[in-house]
Order: sequence, then structure tokens, then C-alpha cells
Amino acid sequence: MTDAALEHVEMVRRPVRRVLLGSVRELALVPAIAVLFVVGIFTSPAFFTTANFSNTAQFSAALGMVVVAESLILLTGSFDLSLQSIYGLAPMIGAWLIVSKDAQGLGTKWNPGLGILVVIGIGAAVGLFNGFMIVKLRFNAFIFTLAMLILLAGLQQGIVSGRTIYDMPPSFIYLGGAYWAGFPVSAWVTAAVFLAAALFLRYHRAGRAIYAIGGNLEAARAAGIKVDRIRIGVFTLAGALAAVAGLMIAGQVVAVTANQGNNLIFTVFAAAVIGGIALEGGRGRMIGAFTGVVLLGLVNNVLVLRNTSTFWIDAANGAIILIALGLARVVALVRT
Amino acid sequence: MTFDPTTEEGRPEHLRPPAAEAEAIWKSFARTEALQDVSVSVLPGECHALVGRNGAGKSTLVGILTGLLKPDAGTVRLYGEPAPAPGDRAAWQQRVACVYQRSMVIPSLSVGENIFLNRAEGSLVHWRELRRQARGLLLEWGFDLDVDQPVDELSVEQKQIVEIARAIAIGARFLILDEPTAALESRAIERLFERVRRVKASGVAILYISHHLEEIYEICDRATVLRDGRRIVSAPVTELDHERLVAAMVGGDLARTSREQAAVAVDGPPRLRIRGLSAATPLGSVENVSLTVHAGECVGLFGLRGSGAVTIADAVVGLVRPSAGAIEIDGGVGYVPEDRHARGFVPTLGVDENLTLSILDRLSRLGFISGPRRREAADAMSERLQIVASSGEQLLSELSGGNQQKVVVGRALAVEPSVLVVVSPTVGVDVASKEVLLGVVDRAREDGTAVLLVSDDLDELRICTRVLVVRRGAIVRELGTPPWDRHELISAAEGLEAA
Repeated sequence: MTDAALEHVEMVRRPVRRVLLGSVRELALVPAIAVLFVVGIFTSPAFFTTANFSNTAQFSAALGMVVVAESLILLTGSFDLSLQSIYGLAPMIGAWLIVSKDAQGLGTKWNPGLGILVVIGIGAAVGLFNGFMIVKLRFNAFIFTLAMLILLAGLQQGIVSGRTIYDMPPSFIYLGGAYWAGFPVSAWVTAAVFLAAALFLRYHRAGRAIYAIGGNLEAARAAGIKVDRIRIGVFTLAGALAAVAGLMIAGQVVAVTANQGNNLIFTVFAAAVIGGIALEGGRGRMIGAFTGVVLLGLVNNVLVLRNTSTFWIDAANGAIILIALGLARVVALVRT
Repeated sequence: MTFDPTTEEGRPEHLRPPAAEAEAIWKSFARTEALQDVSVSVLPGECHALVGRNGAGKSTLVGILTGLLKPDAGTVRLYGEPAPAPGDRAAWQQRVACVYQRSMVIPSLSVGENIFLNRAEGSLVHWRELRRQARGLLLEWGFDLDVDQPVDELSVEQKQIVEIARAIAIGARFLILDEPTAALESRAIERLFERVRRVKASGVAILYISHHLEEIYEICDRATVLRDGRRIVSAPVTELDHERLVAAMVGGDLARTSREQAAVAVDGPPRLRIRGLSAATPLGSVENVSLTVHAGECVGLFGLRGSGAVTIADAVVGLVRPSAGAIEIDGGVGYVPEDRHARGFVPTLGVDENLTLSILDRLSRLGFISGPRRREAADAMSERLQIVASSGEQLLSELSGGNQQKVVVGRALAVEPSVLVVVSPTVGVDVASKEVLLGVVDRAREDGTAVLLVSDDLDELRICTRVLVVRRGAIVRELGTPPWDRHELISAAEGLEAA
């Protein structure tokens, strides 16, 4: 090869060192996940089985979906606390419209397909509303979405007077209850959504615009990016994803309780942040958020297999999150 | 139809239209006339300097030439065509690129992506192609950068290169550089000039804004001077000698500082002594600065933004950590910061609380504040500073700028400091408040306080007994007894002195 040709090859390929260095932040959790695997294998013979992984995947699928949603918003430099209430209220209303009065429904007995559309529509509508109020009317994201969280959770309780909706038709619970090739459909779907989001963020110009907006909003605007439209669009998409996640969990437990989604948002933030999604926006990747979800799912799984009292699981989760944050900080310091 | 300036290149130079042409531009904000009948034209391949003191209208003109502001009257033409509609950002960007003082890069993204930000054809980003093009562009222009490096790892100079490369990548043939050297050290400035020459040679038109007049003589072909929103002169730099340039900026009248401070005999003991101070900050590094301020003396530090004058003040009050040197202070320090909104007062608290915030230990017992004692202290200060407020409880956020600044000065004086550090104390305040503020500082000096006044406003310097001119991180001149020649001060600060 001539020198010029060598130079050409060098020009188009990214140096391996740079690729690895760029991924340090995203892959910081991989060693922790490996350790958990080892601990899991020594803890119980039931750990390294397809059935256990299938269960863990099902347990994490709905959470993962909301993590994708929140991560997208976080990357634009904002956030939405009310995703957890969308996760509860949207499937609640969908189910309410399609089941009989005996099963705590309204009695309208709509077609389940229509019910699913209603679920997604409510999620998107709430997301759009939040996005519009925060982006266009400049409400503070924290206090506005907190108010929405409380309002929507209250509606969820009020509509069914605190009762649980059950007896939902098979098509409505298919997403959360069915299996493909031995693994839950919800896990396949969430994995696909992670992959799609990762590719979108990497290769679509709107995905790159999300990073630009979170990194320097004014510079993004100056570069001709339609900042407001993309920010509101991300809120809307995230709302729809959170609603689908709620549909998953409803299918898994074959019911919609009046407090579905309670406290979920803390775990969502934890998974995203320990996975390297920066709270200040513009930094982080889906692969990182994915490892965050996997880590939290494995921690829970190992604790359950060790017969840890359920009353201690939250404390263990909190400790793991703190340790992961500490590791991420160390990685950041090493990089600079 | 897409815009293609390259078709113009075949024509002989004198037939080519100017790259940018503003004609009879008027623009006003609220009550101030920012631009009055200003015309300027920048030719292809020309570096055109835009010069003027703060508030002369430079930023407004840049806003109009980049389509961010709409003129009240007048026309803008780019390469002979009428300017795009105000909202059509994409069209503006194809024609004009501006490298602002404030960095407009995305720190978390790579160099290559920043260069081609939001420029993907179609909806997908082709990374190989993007990297190849970015690498090619950087090679072609001799910019030594790694396209894959995240921009937040770059120096100020390198970020600027990214912005220039982006402008070239967009194909803009009119480039505005807004104080590009403000944050650069001297070798980086040399390299920037080299880049500017190369860009210029390719036929790009450059509008170059700088406070450092020596730079203009080095790389600009023509210069336009604005003063108070009017164009004073446009001429080739070879026809504008230093004298004429400074005269155009400052104006013919008021050649000397207006009120002349009586010469003060320095017989007080030294209160502030700075020896060999070096400090590096993005806002203006200083190197090996030494000065002494005695009791009863007001020393002015006159320098442009980024000169390092403010850094010296910040080092004295401990906001900047010196990398070398010693600062000795005899007694306490009072501080009036440059940005009063960010550092000066608490907008959500009342006048009395703000005034006494720094002396609460004197007004309290076991941590409980004595109301009457605080009121007494605050009232005395309010009177001294003639603060206009409905009551001592009125929130600072409700006061005018002048009264807010009086509170900031009052708080600095409340500790009865032996050294008072004051940075641009009258920026944005009304004339009456300005008199009161300067009067109060002057009286503090008479009472034996050593005052260090940092300013780029000649009018504030009138209360000084001595002025040191700071340029590029060093004290370049000392002017002893007032009055001082304004031209001499400005020439020294802008670097126009005969070597």
C-alpha cells in the first residue's frame, strides 16, 4: 500500500484507543455485573438457569422501558418525574374502558385493540403537555412534573376508588404475559427498544440533535436545530414509552392496581445515572443505561435467591446505587 | 434556489459585490438609539476591523449582520443579494458565520461532529463520511486537531479552531470574529493570525472585532470606527494612524479626565502589597504583577476585559488562587464585585439584611441577631449612601440598579475594611447614583481606607490618586498625579504605545 492509501485508511477509521476511552463511562458497570454473576452462581444453583434469567428479564423489562424514556429526556437536559404516573394511569384507563363492571371497569367494554391505542395515546398526550409547558411556557421541570405526578396518581386512585382492575382480555395482557422462544415478549420488546433508541441516537440526525441540545442549547439553536420541537417531541415519545411499559407490567401481574408505578421513578433515575446518563444532559449512551437496568435487576435477583428478607431489599438497592455512583465518579476522575 | 457564492469568483474583483453590505442601518432599543444611520461594507478577501468602545453599537451591528436582530430601517445585502428573512436561520448560516467570544461548541461531542453539526444530508448521519470530510477539511486548512477528540478536552484556542472550521464547512463566505484573541495567549494569537490570513486569502470576507488596536494594524485592511451608535470613520488602516483611530473612538471633547482629583501625598502606611502575582484564569491571566496600595490612596487598575485587571482584584479577595506570588493585606478587605447580580447581594432579602450580612457577628449574641442594633447599623449606612427604599424590609430585587449597587458598596464598607476592592462600581447605574457611589468610595479613602478600583470606564477613574494600566496580564504603565490624558490611557490599554 502507498503512503497515501495508508493515510486514507487511517483517516476513516477511528483509533481503537479512542473508542475504548470513549466507552469507559458507559461500560463502568460491566465489572460489577460480572461480580454479581459470580456471586449469583455461588449463591444458588437456580441462578444460572434459563428460567431464572427469563424471570429476571421479565422483572426488568418494564423498568427498562421507562429508563429508555427518561434517558432520552435526560439527554436533552431536562427530566420528567410524572413518567411513573403515566406508567400507572395510562394502562389503568385503557383497562377501565375495556373490562366489565364486575372487574371494576367502566362497563363500556371497548375493543381491547382500541384500549391499547388509548393507553399509548394517553402517554403521548401527557408527555406532549409536559413538554409544551416546560419548553414553551418555561415551567420548572421539577415542580411541574412533580405536580403532574401527584395529579395523575390521584386520578388513578380516584377512577377506581382505590380498587384493582382485573379480568383483562388476552390481547391486552399479551405484551406482558406471553413468551417467545422461552423468553417473555416484554423482554424482547424492551431489548428491541433499547437497540432502536441506541441506533437512533447514534445515526439519526434528530438523535444527534438531542445530544447537541443537552450539551449546549444555545449552540444547538445557532446551528439551526429546531430545539423546541425536538425537546417537546422527546417528552411526547417518552410519555408513550412509559405507557407501553405500564401495559407490560399490567400484563405480567394480570391486573392494574390503583398504585401501579408508585416510587418507580427513583429506580428509573438510579438505573439511568449509574449507567452514565448525565443529569445535566448531553452525555451518556443507551448501552450504559442498559447496563444500569441489568445491574439493578441482577442485584434484586441475587438478593431474592439468597432469601434476603424483602424488607431489606430496598436498603441493599440504595447501597448498590451509592457504590455505583462512587465508581462512576472515580472513573470520571481517572479520565481527566 | 440554493445560494452559491462560488459563481462570483470568476468575475474581476472590482465587479464583485461586497460580501456584506449594511446600508443606513437604524436600530433602537427602548429609549436608546443603538445604531444611527450606520453603513459598512466588507469586501471578499478583506479583513475589516470594527472598532469602538463598549456601548458604541458593535454588538448590535453584529446582531443585524447575522440576522439575529432586525434593523428598524436600512438594508443588509450579502454577496449582492438581499439578506434572507429574519427567521430563516439556515439561509443566514449559509452566508454568515460568527465566532463569538462565548464558545458555541457542544462540549460532549467530538471535533468532527461539531464541525458538521446538524449538517447531515437526509436523516441519517454517515460517520465514516463525516470523519473523512472533517479530517480532510482540517488537513486542507492546516488545523492540527484530532476529529475524534471530545471538544471538552480542547483548549480555548482549539475550540475556536473548531468554530472557524465549522464556518468554513458550512461554506459561509463572510466570517465575523468577535474578540477572537480575548482569551488567547500571545503564541496562540500569532497562530490565529496565520489562520485568519489563510482564510482571507481564499476570498472569505472577515469582519474583525477587537479592543486591541495593534491587532488591527497587523491583520486588517480597513477599519470602521463606531461611537455612540454612529459611524465615525471607515478607511484603510494605512490611512488611520494611532492618533486618529483613538480620537475617533474617544471623541474630540473631554480630552482629560473630567474632575481632577487633587494630588494626594502618599504618606499612609501600606495596606495592600502584591508581589510577583501570577494567576491563570480564562477571564484574563496575569503574570508577575506587583503593586502596593497605601492607606488614603485610591489606585486605579485600568484595563480592557480580559486584560487581567479583574483577576488581580479577584486574587486579592481570594476568589482566584494565585499560582505564584504573595499578597499581604494589613487588616480586613471589603469587596464590591463586578457582577453584582451574581455575587453582590441576595435579591430575596431586604435592604437591612443585605447591608448587615457581613457584620452579623457584631450584631448578634449566641447567634441570635439583635433587631434594634441591626436596624441602627443599617440606617446609618442607608443614610450615608442615600439609599432610596420604601423601608429596610424592601427586597433588593425591587430596587433600581443604582440603589442595589449602593447596598453592595454599603455592605463592603460595613466591615470597616482597611482595604476596599471595587470592580466597575457604576456599570449600569444612573448618573445621580454614580455620583453618590463614587463620592462614598472617595470618602472612605479620605478616611484612611486603601482603595483598589478596577475599571474600564475612564469616568470612574477620576476618584483615583494613581492609575496603573493593565494589558495582557501585566502592568504596562503607571500614571502618577492626575489629571491624566485620556488618549494616553486608552493607547496604553489598547496596546498602541510606541515601543
